[in-house]
Amino acid sequence: MNTNRKIRVLVAKPGLDGHDRGAKVVARALRDAGMEVVYTGLHQTPEQVVEAAIQEDVDLIGLSVLSGAHMTIFPRICELLKENNAEDIMVMGGGIIPEDDLKELLEKGYAQALWTPGANTSEIVKWIQEAMADKAS
Amino acid sequence: MNANDKEKIRLGKKAWEERTAGKERQKKFMTVSSVPIKPLYTPEDVEDLDYMKDLNYPGAYPYTRGVQPNMYRGRNWTMRQFAGFATATESNERYKYLLSQGQTGLSVAFDMPTIMGYDSDHARSFGEVGRVGVAIDSLDDMETLFSDIPLDKITTSMTINAPASILWCLYIATAEKQGVPSHKLGGTIQNDILKEYIAQKSWIFPPEPSMRLITDIFDFAAQHVPKWNTVSISGYHIREAGSTAVQELAFTLADGFAYVEAGMKAGLDVDAFAPRLSFFFNAHMDFFEEIAKYRAARRIWARRMKEKYGAKDEKSLLLRFHTQTAGCSLTAQQPENNIIRTAYEALGAVLGGTQSLHTNSMDEVLSLPTEKSVRIALRTQQIIAEETGVTNTIDPLAGSYFVEALTNQMEEEAEKYFERIDNYGGVLEAIDEGFFQQEIADAAYRYQQEIEKDERIIVGVNGYTIEESQDIEILKIDPQIEENQRKRVQRVRETRDNIVCNNRLEALRKAAGTSDNLIPVILDAVRAYATEGEIVQVLREVFGEYKEKPIF
Repeated sequence: MNTNRKIRVLVAKPGLDGHDRGAKVVARALRDAGMEVVYTGLHQTPEQVVEAAIQEDVDLIGLSVLSGAHMTIFPRICELLKENNAEDIMVMGGGIIPEDDLKELLEKGYAQALWTPGANTSEIVKWIQEAMADKAS
Repeated sequence: MNANDKEKIRLGKKAWEERTAGKERQKKFMTVSSVPIKPLYTPEDVEDLDYMKDLNYPGAYPYTRGVQPNMYRGRNWTMRQFAGFATATESNERYKYLLSQGQTGLSVAFDMPTIMGYDSDHARSFGEVGRVGVAIDSLDDMETLFSDIPLDKITTSMTINAPASILWCLYIATAEKQGVPSHKLGGTIQNDILKEYIAQKSWIFPPEPSMRLITDIFDFAAQHVPKWNTVSISGYHIREAGSTAVQELAFTLADGFAYVEAGMKAGLDVDAFAPRLSFFFNAHMDFFEEIAKYRAARRIWARRMKEKYGAKDEKSLLLRFHTQTAGCSLTAQQPENNIIRTAYEALGAVLGGTQSLHTNSMDEVLSLPTEKSVRIALRTQQIIAEETGVTNTIDPLAGSYFVEALTNQMEEEAEKYFERIDNYGGVLEAIDEGFFQQEIADAAYRYQQEIEKDERIIVGVNGYTIEESQDIEILKIDPQIEENQRKRVQRVRETRDNIVCNNRLEALRKAAGTSDNLIPVILDAVRAYATEGEIVQVLREVFGEYKEKPIF
């Protein structure tokens, strides 16, 4: 990875839910940490999210899901990334996700990192920076 | 207070300040909304308070001390837990359980497809059916939802906005089937589209046709459903989106004024619909700030309605409100602590004079609540009502130098916001410019930063943390539910009289293009088992869809 290139992140709100506080706070924290952030806005289909991620050439997709549809949406996004040969784009997420589901999503590789309410934005920033450094090395 | 007393107080304060200077345990003291708080409030802070003009007695203008003369000494608030999940059958059971446990009103939570106007078998509903609320597609579901619940004996609140007219018609039609005429129905539809554009973001149509649906509801309700609260003007979601208390107060009341103006512009007499407007506020963690917010809200509303909009009916001046404890204050860490948070928030709502209350369950930050957690949440209210004694006297905090000063300050700050909104040309114009959205995003970010810099401590999150794993029971929604509900709506389409149904949808399409009241045609369509998604689709084709410019 070119070290001069800024980390590019797509922050997305898939599904029908409109609670965008978390997504916006994280988007802003990532921008303040020097990343390029694209925010999709609301009510995106998984297809729209993946299309935007590819078009914007991002390193990472951050999904915010509070509607309980996480077990449908995360696998679907990964499936679409695979179909589009864009599996190098990492996926992280946050929202109302019970621990059992959280474990399953991580174990099956549908997300590389997940956060629940109370998470710290600096911890998210740190995770991304380390994940990108690992990827580059 | 004479000049001599004033001077004594001033000198006393000076001496006190000298004794305490520089001896504080932290640099800044501030409310949850980042408003700085003085170490001490004295008579100097409420010097200009005029009891009869600014407070007066409960049930008397400007209603600062409460909208009813005897408040909870006459009757406790309505205990109304927001509930709904999976399908109508499961939710119907939960309602009966809550009623058996002493709940006094119903409050329906709909799932995202219902909120956004999609049937359960629509592609966009995939993975979302029955997840955050109950799936309602047609009259068939609504009849099941309220089966064996007499709609003339219970009041129901429905949290539905963009498609509120349709769900309201479904309720009216369900009551008809139970033999209950519409004039006997009591309850509330949230129906607050302005806060959707501002904060909650569950919109369908653009603002103008949305406002028309709302004024159609005002008009129809005044004639046929006179006991119904036609809008629950909601600050709750504005606060959950990250606003401060003052922003919640100001933006909510500004929305209320916008509905009043829309109703008057549609040719309705203000007193014909204003008595049926109600409010919905958040109860956040900062105890006194919240109480001051409710007190200021009543006073501002009464003053404006009387002085600016010329309301004559006393009922038009009363700000009646439901409260929900702050979902956003709950933590996934040490979730049992949420019971305690909720209890303090509920106490604030009660001391602030709420008419109805929902207390959150400890597990809502993880999933929908279990039966046990919702029972504890309901018991929280019952303990306040039965054991704490805070309901024995009305507005017990009145006259507190701090509470009165904070109430005044809230009113002044809200007035400044009204001026800024007026400068944009009104609420719709300010939405268009992203004003509210940016103010709220800024406040949410500031709050998060304060936590991350340890300027405020959230127990279990950045203070008093423990190593833990989740060991509380979680309500799971069986994925099979979605499949069943899809089949159910398809069966409705197969078994209804499709000729009648299509004719009524066509009648709706025609009426939508005129300025006729749409409620009677929607009511006819739902009676013929037209689905919610079909009705919304007709309106979407005529009205178009709203698109937001995303900002952060």
